[in-house]
Amino acid sequence: MKVMGFLLLLAGWTIGLAAIVLLGSASRQTGFVLAGIGVEGLGLGLIARAHSVLPEDEE
Amino acid sequence: MTSPPIPAISETTTVLCILCIFLVPFACAGLALVNSGLGRSRSSAHSMMASLCVLAVAGLTYFVCGFSWQGFVGLPAHSFTVAGRASSWIAASPFLLRGLELNGSSVSLALLLQIVSVGLAALIPLGAGTDRWRLSAASASTVLFAGWTYPLFAHWVWGGGWLAQLGINYGLGHGFIDAGGSSSIHVVGGLTALSMAWILGPRKGKYSSNGLPAAIPGHNGVLVLFGCSLLWVGFLGLNSAGAILFARLEPSQVALVGVNTTLAASTAALTAAIVTRIRFGKSDASITANGWVGGLVASSAGCALLKPAAAALVGIVAAALITLAVERFEFDLKVDDPGGAVSVHALGGIWGVLAVGIFARFSDRAPGQFRAQLIGVATLVGFVLPLAYVLNWLLDRVYSQRVAPEGERQGLDLHELGADAYPEFVIHTEEYIQR
Repeated sequence: MKVMGFLLLLAGWTIGLAAIVLLGSASRQTGFVLAGIGVEGLGLGLIARAHSVLPEDEE
Repeated sequence: MTSPPIPAISETTTVLCILCIFLVPFACAGLALVNSGLGRSRSSAHSMMASLCVLAVAGLTYFVCGFSWQGFVGLPAHSFTVAGRASSWIAASPFLLRGLELNGSSVSLALLLQIVSVGLAALIPLGAGTDRWRLSAASASTVLFAGWTYPLFAHWVWGGGWLAQLGINYGLGHGFIDAGGSSSIHVVGGLTALSMAWILGPRKGKYSSNGLPAAIPGHNGVLVLFGCSLLWVGFLGLNSAGAILFARLEPSQVALVGVNTTLAASTAALTAAIVTRIRFGKSDASITANGWVGGLVASSAGCALLKPAAAALVGIVAAALITLAVERFEFDLKVDDPGGAVSVHALGGIWGVLAVGIFARFSDRAPGQFRAQLIGVATLVGFVLPLAYVLNWLLDRVYSQRVAPEGERQGLDLHELGADAYPEFVIHTEEYIQR
């Protein structure tokens, strides 16, 4: 889950970069960059979920 | 390799800039006090000692290789070309500052500012690792931070890198803008803090078996609030020097930077005090302090570009975000961050960066500024966070970063330094109040 989360972070960043390079229209660029940030949000959620499992030796 | 001309700087600007840079160590001292005050008493000397070591390691690492990879506008850099447009991704100056003349040029002033700022940024993760991060491991982690993570992103923003070139290359406003370091200092530090909180795990006794967090209050509110005052002084210098060097601000406009910085911090602190009073019946000193620092952090990116009313609004939103985030991180995400480093520096900094795209007004109408700021935020979350996590995770594999359970129980002061900070009047207890 953690690895998948980090892959989603990188994927979201790549979507934003690709939008700036490949798309001409400002609204499309903004939409894709926001979508990329959304993908990053999903990745962050997965990583946070993977880390929110507490160790069993807590007192 | 590209080398545009090095920006010229007048003698008056040089003097003012040096004076401002000499205020920045106050921010380091303030942050060290805040981190120490929000931790346990039995680890407070360790926290201050770790701050000193981190400052020293960060400065030395930056001297050895950090500046050579960060560089400055006009110094040699490596570029990549996409669709016929060249963008710089890393500087190519010699190691150990060889060939660099420290003669009051804009390059030497940038070096002076950065060798202090990298220490400030490296102190941020200490707030998240309080009470359980070994001194030697924190120093080793700082080598990775000051030698790689920080210079790389700082080059993209301040060294004429691809984020700064988004305006020229892709028509996105004036390119990514961050005058005082909301992103390159605070978000980079804050995201590294998040990585460390995840890698180290929560303190012993922080969470019960059913996942409820225990309140482990900071041991000294006075240190925390005094630290906030020092941070204010430091940020006045940091934002002013950054605005002069990286946003080409004229010395006559430095008053605007000071006003914006102060207004953002003031509204943020008051908002945090009011919100906690409404929610809990009494104003919470530590969250108010976090609000103050968060306002300062959020003010940095647009300190030279916002109108004072906008800066005040930036502070209000920053405090509202931070106040909510501190609880969500602790309760829902199980992130044990005693210093509030993630909420204050990462979230506050991201908001400051976005605020430039929303509120900044330029003399020429260059559309796309908000998109440039969004790309910067996407880069921080999508590249800098994984980089910081992987580097520290690898370090943890070869050299455990967390102190042994016995050391945590005993307190890091005794375990790692051999003496308590308050040997005569501190009572240790494990009985914290379950919420």
